[in-house]
Amino acid sequence: MPALDGRALTCTLFVAFVLITLGITVWARANTSGADDFYAGGRTFNGAQNGIALAGDYMSAASFLGIAGLIALSGYDGFLYSIGFLVAWLLTLLLVELMRNTGRFTMADVLAHRVRRQPPVRRAAVVSTVTVSVFYLLAQMVGAGALVSLLLGIHRGGEFLGMSAATARTVTIVAVGALMICYVMFGGMKATTWVQIIKAVLLMAGALVLTGLVLARFGFDVGSMLGSAAHASGKGEAFLRPGLRYGRDVPGDAYQTIVNKLDFISLAVALLLGTAGLPHIVNRFFAVPDARAARTSVSWAIGLVGVFYLMTLALGFGAAALVGRKAIVAQDPSGNTAAPQLAQELGRHLGGRVGGDILLAFIGAVAFATILAVVSGLVLASSTSLAHDYFGQVLMLGRPRESQEVAVARVAAFLVGSLAIVLAVAARNLNVAFLVALAFAIAAAANLPAIVLTLFWRRFNSAGVTAGIYGGLISSLVLVFFSPVVSGKVDPVTGQNQALFPKGVDFHLFPLENPGLVSIPIGFLCAVAGTFLGRERADPALHDDMSVRALTGAGSH
Amino acid sequence: MVGGSKVSRDGTRPRRRTDPPGRYAPLAEDPRFLQLRKRFLVAAASVTAAFLGWYAVYVALSAFARGFMARQVAGHVNVALLLGLLQFASTFLLAWAYLAYARRRLDPLAQDLRHRPAGDGTAR
Repeated sequence: MPALDGRALTCTLFVAFVLITLGITVWARANTSGADDFYAGGRTFNGAQNGIALAGDYMSAASFLGIAGLIALSGYDGFLYSIGFLVAWLLTLLLVELMRNTGRFTMADVLAHRVRRQPPVRRAAVVSTVTVSVFYLLAQMVGAGALVSLLLGIHRGGEFLGMSAATARTVTIVAVGALMICYVMFGGMKATTWVQIIKAVLLMAGALVLTGLVLARFGFDVGSMLGSAAHASGKGEAFLRPGLRYGRDVPGDAYQTIVNKLDFISLAVALLLGTAGLPHIVNRFFAVPDARAARTSVSWAIGLVGVFYLMTLALGFGAAALVGRKAIVAQDPSGNTAAPQLAQELGRHLGGRVGGDILLAFIGAVAFATILAVVSGLVLASSTSLAHDYFGQVLMLGRPRESQEVAVARVAAFLVGSLAIVLAVAARNLNVAFLVALAFAIAAAANLPAIVLTLFWRRFNSAGVTAGIYGGLISSLVLVFFSPVVSGKVDPVTGQNQALFPKGVDFHLFPLENPGLVSIPIGFLCAVAGTFLGRERADPALHDDMSVRALTGAGSH
Repeated sequence: MVGGSKVSRDGTRPRRRTDPPGRYAPLAEDPRFLQLRKRFLVAAASVTAAFLGWYAVYVALSAFARGFMARQVAGHVNVALLLGLLQFASTFLLAWAYLAYARRRLDPLAQDLRHRPAGDGTAR
């Protein structure tokens, strides 16, 4: 349990981060006038800066705290998760230049580039962008509430500044939401990018320090770290092998075993294919001057994300060995506090209680910064999509006044942010961790087919785009609604409820927790079927034009 | 599309584009562009086949070949861990290879097409 002075330190560091980022927001506000500034930071960031920001956008609390916790509790299977997250970037690397060259600010720009009827395509893209962003936002914000009460040590009846744990949770969600609205409304892409850069540097530094300390504890002998982790986990060598969590073998139940394996494959596919369709990632492709810089950004992101996930191995196995399963589960059954607890343990070993508090405070502040930065990126993506695609291109028929469109974007940021706050407060006690995987599954099922077919299939038309997006989106949502994560999932050992609905409510019909394996093919099939069923014929000249632009960068914004 | 007389009543809503649609379409038949497109498609298809195939093998092994993955290689390091680290290595390697290829074989062609859309008359 962190001491009071540890809490004070955490708060001081966090307040410092907030003040610096608010300062940046004020600067960005003064330097943001037009749509290019608000949506794309004036396209002035260079490849390295934007790459660091991309990595910042991507390394959410779910991946920092979540994967470290997953490895600490389930061993090797947490590593499986991070591999999917990383390999996905290769697909992004191949698509980034084409998208940068054919779009202006958003994914919808790419999709609408060569269709005859833009409005339905734009509308569909807005719907999927906002859905993905809001689900992802909810997962992060509910997580933030839980994390803060844990880091400040005010769960289980404790108090902080006279607030109980439940109040502190709500206050945290509202505060995080207010800050993210503030960054985006006033600072647009410029402020958001700098917040991402600062956060990414802090996160990498934090992970580097912890990794170094963990390895030093084991005399830089990875084998002995793995051995201790396996021993301390109580599962022996099985801890270092796949299968404790994903694709679990259930002895004597062949059906459940197959379901588990398919579920694991479904998750792996969604992680791999979702990244290139995540709206806050796609929007960042446009914050650089040209496609070459966009490609450089992605290569930076690959390097940073890769190194970071390698470090989570040390964090996770280190936490399993040094903190121990029992202590981690006692704080948070899903393991999200494994990394902060590891920091405390490492600090304590170096400098006693004070050392532990200092390192915990630092990692805690890094975790806050991470959450804040990622939610800002998501709010920016939604507001850009609503203002540029829906207001500007659909309502104003592509002829909005620029000042008007930016004003709408600011209002949209406020509305989306407020909606996220309300939903997150309402869902603060629910199991919403599945929403991250769901956001990836929707991005893969709804957005990726539309993007890939737009770029590479000559016949693809507006009916195909809309059918693909709605087909992928709706099938993902319906499958998840009837899956065990919404109702009926119970921990096989403890019998505790792990579903969204309370125990006893069970209407699940679809056995897999991850819809990707079914919904991604549905997305592609709907896109193809829509193309053939729609009466409109694609214009070959528009396709050729787009093809030239995509590959050469001619006429790009 | 200077007059645009037919376009304005296309479909339910008037269409609008700041750039004339299809402005770059003629370049699509330029031999330099065909060369660029072929190179990109071959490179992209090779990288995709490599990482998709290798990732599929890895996921399949993790799900179905638990005995193989559990084999100890050195001390506590088993096949699963080695293959996982190889996924990282192959991702870095493929990204690096594609970047190098793009710089060498794609960028010069794209730049040439951008700056000299008409070509130099002696189309290769």
